[in-house]
Amino acid sequence: MDAAVQERSSGDRQSDYISIRGLSKRFGSRADSVLALKNINCSIERGSFVSVVGPSGCGKSTLLRIVAGLLPYSEGSVQMDGQAIVGTRRDVGVVFQNSILLPWRTVLENVMLPAEVLGLDLKASRERAMMLLNMVGLTGFEGKQPLQLSGGMQQRASIARALLHDPKILLMDEPFGALDALTREQMNLELQRIWAESKKTVILITHSIPEAIFLGDVVFVMTPRPGSLERIIRIDLPRPRNMDMMAMPGFADAAHEIRELFNHSGSFD
Amino acid sequence: METDTTVAVAGIAANEPETASWRRALHSTRLHSLVLLVLLLAFWEFGVGLFNIPKFVLPPFSDVVRALYNGLTVSPLARDSFWFHGAVTLTEVLAGFLIGSGVGLVMGMVISESSYLDELIRPYISAFQSLPKVAIAPIIVMWMGYGLESKIAIVVLLTFFPVLVTSIAGFKAVDIDRIDLLRSLSATRWQIFAKVKFPSALPFIFAGLDVAAAFAVVGAIVGEFVGAQSGLGVMIMQMDAQLDTGGSFAVFLILALMGVTLTAALRAVRRHFLSWMPAQTSRRAVSA
Repeated sequence: MDAAVQERSSGDRQSDYISIRGLSKRFGSRADSVLALKNINCSIERGSFVSVVGPSGCGKSTLLRIVAGLLPYSEGSVQMDGQAIVGTRRDVGVVFQNSILLPWRTVLENVMLPAEVLGLDLKASRERAMMLLNMVGLTGFEGKQPLQLSGGMQQRASIARALLHDPKILLMDEPFGALDALTREQMNLELQRIWAESKKTVILITHSIPEAIFLGDVVFVMTPRPGSLERIIRIDLPRPRNMDMMAMPGFADAAHEIRELFNHSGSFD
Repeated sequence: METDTTVAVAGIAANEPETASWRRALHSTRLHSLVLLVLLLAFWEFGVGLFNIPKFVLPPFSDVVRALYNGLTVSPLARDSFWFHGAVTLTEVLAGFLIGSGVGLVMGMVISESSYLDELIRPYISAFQSLPKVAIAPIIVMWMGYGLESKIAIVVLLTFFPVLVTSIAGFKAVDIDRIDLLRSLSATRWQIFAKVKFPSALPFIFAGLDVAAAFAVVGAIVGEFVGAQSGLGVMIMQMDAQLDTGGSFAVFLILALMGVTLTAALRAVRRHFLSWMPAQTSRRAVSA
């Protein structure tokens, strides 16, 4: 802990919370390996909301899994808070593509899962779980089975679960990909509110350009074959944002810029 | 789910006029099955006289009932009591089932956690699995004698494999996302097993236990056929020697009851542990 604090204070760029340098990821053995990520460089500020957008196969989920410590990387360095990421960390919460609620547990029991695994105080965690369920609008559903919930509610429960152990970073892997368009907009608004309330650093993987712009302070644009970080776009729309802002010039310009990048890189061939 | 609908139906029926509920009862499939059973038994009872079938080939049904009555009403410790022999067979079935499926489950856990062990043992599993294990029964009786032990060993052998194979399949079929969820929380290997792998594999394990329960009764009876001093299998052999076919049928009914009870008990346990699964899918999910 002390070493980390020291290193942080001695670092020349205090705002860099997550720092990725020359990151490459290769799948498979040398002979027939696939380069999934090629020379990724970026930094993420503490408390910022980063959207990573790209077509399928651009390695954005691979990048997230590396930051989560679920996947080893081949080259380069990935640092969080000045420490190299060598495995999973307790201060990270992950929201997966499918909500992955365990069907034999009630909603509350699912949200309590991190407390059990990390050995936290169960009584305090339970209170926190109820608070988080309230925050994601699931008060009254604690005792329900996950299968009784709609897709949007399931994903909200999984966001509550990811926040239970009060992680500093929330990693989200296309969390709303399986939801219908209207529910998705609703979830985007709620996620913005949750982010504003919880003050976490968020990395959101998405293949939706509007979603990436709507939520992000910064949008990382990735292109495939091999997966690389093509551009970093700062979104300067005021917060809190609402859906009407999609018509604002800042929004449209960003969307246009991202689409151009995809078109030029041949992502849609 | 099933009980819910029954309750609902009963509730509706109670609110309707009595005649309507009677009419409903008359049309229930359950009643029809019962009528069919009575018809079949009546056909058995009078058919054997009608077609002049000798008693040692097929006695009338009333003989079976009489044999059943005699076997159940003599002193429980008498040599011709169904209670005594039934208890012996039930002991063999239960002990063999618990040991066999228990060892199968534990080995399934260990093997599925280690790819080295899996590859090491896999060929032996497939080889042994295709063996007709009842064929070893005479050897086991020779090794272990005429007592309970040899029969229990045969039941263990028969119940071990279905549980081993289905539990390995169950542990391997666990959704990788669920494991990643636990991994993302820095869970230990044991936590991953206890919180995700084991509950996820339960439908498979119960499918294996279902098969094992049926095999257990078969194993005990075959073992008793081969060599034993007591048990329902011994009774069948003795009655067969005396051309007491009615008695054999009575023992068969006892065995059927034992099998049905065992399966029903297992189903109740499964309902308890798999209550989160929709009733139909829990059985269908793994039978394919």
